[in-house]
Amino acid sequence: MSGPRRERRKADPEFLDPERLYVITGDLDDSERAALDLVTMVVAQAEPSPTFQPEQAAILRLCQAPLSVAEISAYLSLPFSVVTSLLSDLLATELIESRAPIVRATLPDRSLLEAVMHGLQKL
Amino acid sequence: MDFRSSDTITGPRTEDVLPTTATAAVKVVIVGGFGVGKTTMVGSVSEIRPLTTEETMTQAGVGVDDNAGVETKTATTVAMDFGRISLSEELILYLFGTPGQERFWFLWNGLFEGALGAVVLIDTRRLEVSFDVIGRLEERGVPFVVAVNTFPDAPHHPVEALRRALDLPDEVPMIDCDARMRASSRDVLMTLMRYLHSLAVPLA
Ligand SMILES: Nc1nc2c(ncn2[C@@H]2O[C@H](COP(=O)(O)OP(=O)(O)OP(=O)(O)O)[C@@H](O)[C@H]2O)c(=O)[nH]1
Ligand SMILES: [Mg+2]
Repeated sequence: MSGPRRERRKADPEFLDPERLYVITGDLDDSERAALDLVTMVVAQAEPSPTFQPEQAAILRLCQAPLSVAEISAYLSLPFSVVTSLLSDLLATELIESRAPIVRATLPDRSLLEAVMHGLQKL
Repeated sequence: MDFRSSDTITGPRTEDVLPTTATAAVKVVIVGGFGVGKTTMVGSVSEIRPLTTEETMTQAGVGVDDNAGVETKTATTVAMDFGRISLSEELILYLFGTPGQERFWFLWNGLFEGALGAVVLIDTRRLEVSFDVIGRLEERGVPFVVAVNTFPDAPHHPVEALRRALDLPDEVPMIDCDARMRASSRDVLMTLMRYLHSLAVPLA
């Protein structure tokens, strides 16, 4: 097989601290940004009412059943950082609850992967 | 900001509403060069019509001109296609297929760091479009499998020849796929999970 060839790259220690290289636009501080992932699951703890801002009411309406931050952003047509900022306010006032995703860095065992495989098998 | 009145917002279709037990989520990222079938793969396995989320990225500290003392910043809107698979009543898998300029995907906070792993889609007619993304995954230590998308007029190469051209270690799984077929895309995800399983440390 002719043509271009790739050259393998080494793991780069600078990526152990990925935050160093970039920022997401928006006024969130680090702790807020770290707290909400694209696939953090959000569930409303209150019914929407006219006393809320329209964005907040919309989120409460969408999240009567669990929904990821990415889905909320998609349905509201708002950028991710705008949504996380709105969600942070709702979290602070306990109008919503959130559940952080299971990420690779915290993968402790194989049972999660087995659960994923089991689910895929049924597809 | 043009926020539509909340009456006009369409949420998930009734059949797409998750059960209240759905509290654990994991994500996988599907990468590869332009037009290799990323969106197709997300769509073929997703239980929901694929959605799009976006973010404005500001890359700082790159292209800093020391002489002038001016920091060059580039702001770009990055859009992400994604789909969803309910694996059980509790566990949900989200698949992100990354379009556009690949260097910006890696600016998305936590996208790769928090993913279980990645699928690299390749098109044997244009292997080189996936070189850079594979390198970036290696640099970040993100485990990945390579799925060879079988386009009709694509030259067929033995997998070992592809492995050499891509300079992939023997342990990185490579699998043929047709991203349009749900079963085939599912098998690619299975291959990734089996690989991750082989990398995971057994509980002591
Ligand atoms: N024959 C064949 N065609 C495919 C396959 N996967 C994708 N295609 C076709 O290839 C074209 C590009 O697929 P997309 O899924 O849009 O590719 P993409 O990687 O999302 O493209 P960008 O987001 O533009 O980078 C579409 O016309 C698909 O129908 C495949 O496995 N086999
Ligand atoms: Mg696409």
